[in-house]
Amino acid sequence: MSAVLAPRFDEAPLLDVRGLRVSFGSHAAVRGVDFQVAPGETLALVGESGCGKSTTAMAILRLLPDHAKASGHVLFGGRDLLALPEPALRGIRGNEISMIFQEPMTSLNPVLTIGEQIGEVLRRHQGLDRWQARARAIELLDRVRIPHAARRVDDYPHHLSGGQRQRVMIAIAVACQPKLLIADEPTTALDVTIQAQILELLRQLGEEFSMGLLLITHDLGVVGQWADRVSVMYGGEVLESASTERIFSAPGHAYTRGLLGASLRLDSNVFYRNTELPEVRVRADATTGERSFQLETRPAPEAREARVVTPDTAPLLSVQDLRTVYKTARGDVAAVDGVSFDIRPGETLGLVGESGCGKSTLSKTLLRLVDPSAGRIVLEGTDIASLPPRQLRAHRHRIQMVFQDPYGSLNPRHRVGDILESALRVNGVPDATERRRRVADILDRVGLPAASVDRYPHEFSGGQRQRIGLARTLVLRPSLVICDEPVSSLDVSVRAQILNLLVELKQAFDLSYLFISHDLSVVKYMADRVLVMNGGRIVERSDDQHDLWTAPRDPYTQTLIRAVPSPRFAPPPDDAVEPPATVEPVAEVAPSFLMWRFAV
Amino acid sequence: MPPTTVLPAPEGTLAPPTWRGQLQSSLLGSRAAPDTPPAPVVHTSRLRDRWPTTAALLRLPGAVIGLLLLAVIVGIALTAGVFFPGDPLDIVGQPLLRPGEDAAFLLGTDHLGRDIAAGLAHGARVSLLVGLTAAGVGVTVGTLIGATAGYFGGKVDAVLTWLIEVFQTTPSFLLVVVIVSITQSSLEVISVVIGLTTWETVARLIRAQFRALLSSDFVLAARSIGFGHRWLIFREILPNALPPVVVTASVMVAGAILMESSLAFLGVGDANKVSWGSMIGGGRDMLRTAWYLTVIPGLALIVTVFSLNLIGDALIEAMNPRLRGGAR
Repeated sequence: MSAVLAPRFDEAPLLDVRGLRVSFGSHAAVRGVDFQVAPGETLALVGESGCGKSTTAMAILRLLPDHAKASGHVLFGGRDLLALPEPALRGIRGNEISMIFQEPMTSLNPVLTIGEQIGEVLRRHQGLDRWQARARAIELLDRVRIPHAARRVDDYPHHLSGGQRQRVMIAIAVACQPKLLIADEPTTALDVTIQAQILELLRQLGEEFSMGLLLITHDLGVVGQWADRVSVMYGGEVLESASTERIFSAPGHAYTRGLLGASLRLDSNVFYRNTELPEVRVRADATTGERSFQLETRPAPEAREARVVTPDTAPLLSVQDLRTVYKTARGDVAAVDGVSFDIRPGETLGLVGESGCGKSTLSKTLLRLVDPSAGRIVLEGTDIASLPPRQLRAHRHRIQMVFQDPYGSLNPRHRVGDILESALRVNGVPDATERRRRVADILDRVGLPAASVDRYPHEFSGGQRQRIGLARTLVLRPSLVICDEPVSSLDVSVRAQILNLLVELKQAFDLSYLFISHDLSVVKYMADRVLVMNGGRIVERSDDQHDLWTAPRDPYTQTLIRAVPSPRFAPPPDDAVEPPATVEPVAEVAPSFLMWRFAV
Repeated sequence: MPPTTVLPAPEGTLAPPTWRGQLQSSLLGSRAAPDTPPAPVVHTSRLRDRWPTTAALLRLPGAVIGLLLLAVIVGIALTAGVFFPGDPLDIVGQPLLRPGEDAAFLLGTDHLGRDIAAGLAHGARVSLLVGLTAAGVGVTVGTLIGATAGYFGGKVDAVLTWLIEVFQTTPSFLLVVVIVSITQSSLEVISVVIGLTTWETVARLIRAQFRALLSSDFVLAARSIGFGHRWLIFREILPNALPPVVVTASVMVAGAILMESSLAFLGVGDANKVSWGSMIGGGRDMLRTAWYLTVIPGLALIVTVFSLNLIGDALIEAMNPRLRGGAR
């Protein structure tokens, strides 16, 4: 299955993994993986959740739990790490090979200063004394570009932001100038602008120390911009290994093509009104276990006819000068500070911002889960900002929300049928037969089997749970749905399916969306108009005259767009998602415009 | 229409067009989910469908052992009047007979010549009544107060937390003694009073769980749908907050039985009823010479608490749909 291209090494590979297998009991997580990392090279191990990429990384340093069985060879500097005795291995960990993890908030010990934590490694591996270690720690903090290193060295982790903590983690990892750095999703928990800085730092350090980097990620944008070579993993196997350029311009494997097709990029002009995202499907033959991969673009549905939106159509939702203030120990903090916007019927309004910008507070305020301090929220002519709870109930069903986390947003102790039915009951559908009919209908519409009603949320995968969340919002027939990062925690291929479903349902139920995301490429695909939020305010908005993507005006928007990782290589020419070059960028869709779709 | 890329697929595995295809596709990338269409739900057992918790409980060996032990103890308590007619406080034989010394008194007699077996059987009634009532009252009161404090927060929380702290800092045993002394020392009163002085552990647990769960997404979702306070408290949050309370409750039963014994020892208990506690208290003086006076009722107590603990642990598993698992 694996078509490994022999990398052209001038010298022996730094790390040579041959036939690595890892199993947890009867479950084979990694099934014969081969790859090499050359000195100074960045190899990206790409795959979706559960493909075994993290297990592979942990197996290299033998950090797997005790019940895991690993076999094969991990050759590093002429030694097989899988056969090495434990004390010898401890001399390699953190010294010759080091690792950084995804979650910077928990990877540092909260009761030790960062200087002590960096110094610890140096004292352990290089035998420095306390004062030498401290001096070196300051030097390293400077190296990872933490300002005022000499002063920050005595700070505790809670003094630092997420990005800074990840820098400290990197400082610890490179303290002993390792030959190989394993980075397991190093930037997944960080904002886009921070992500770009961290990856740039890793690249520079790699050059300075001529360090090999094994980058484990699910993000193809990151891969395209930063990796030299790529190995694509699926189901515990490497499907394809090639140079990054080759992977992006001429992917060999159907799964790779599917991932590329299903992932969105900021530099392409796909838009939900004109293009449906292709979905990659994997099937296993029941008897042989042989897998087959297939890239599907579903046949074009009926035209995505936009309701004729003219500027004088009454807005569905009109938010005027909204303020939400949280009382904290250090005084009042305005999380939403004077925000005004309209959403017209049938429109998708995108909202972009990084963590802490107030976008979640804004959505909670719109739902009146948090009370606003000032301003108006006019929904179809009624100001719901100051309605008392009793009267608010009658309006609740018209504005609903899809949550980010498909695991946390469903009560684990209720069956799917109960979750949906009780929502109907509390919103005035007293007849049980009618409720069941509507539940069955909505499950069918979101693509879940009718038998789902008897099942509990934990029996579903992430994408399916997001469908349940969608069913819960749509069963109430809302006119506006707030999608708060609805696909951020989903894999690329599942993400494409959910986005397609959102578009399809929008058409079917005549919905308007407020689509909130930190991922600009997703917003670009989904949104008719875009707001950019920073520090509780709207800093820039796109409209019919102003295209935010090509000509951002606000400096913050410019930074944001520049920070989005974009592959250095153009997509393959036969890319199924790319609309014909003759089509101009889409703003508002005129009915005649939709005809190109059928002309192709 | 852009071209569709197709890799040679084994025949007969093309995706069915309807929901099945979509389900299959959303399984993609999920953790080791089989790519076969889902098997239709087979309704094998009515019990499993209508009472999934009970059905799951009966499949757990710990629960079965616990339930059997408890059933034996309850059986002994209920049949005490049949096998040991008459008052267990009557003097029926020679004092301080060792177990097995006299065939008429299998477990021996105490320092006054009362039958230990009869005391054990009749005492089971009292001890179970006290333990279960007190734990029931304590858990109910504690849950209500903790839930109210945790859910509403703000001033309500401040007042109730203060109340919890008052009860926590007052020695509860002293409180029981005082209340029982000024009211009547009947078993019912004693049980309720013990319950009313031991709720604060449960209240704190429930309050902390509520604070944490209140901000979870599924509660936010329920609020945005328009559910009222009662639904949110009892249907959404409470079922997720209960597991630690179940464990605490089984310990509270033991605590209440022992507290009743201490009351009996101090002479403020119900002097007309024999309980395991009063038997342990009575035998304590002769622990070195006649150890069996303490050990036998002590063992009965341990077995009871153990069985409740087993049931409690199993209940946590059975109530959680995820751990219940494997059922379907």
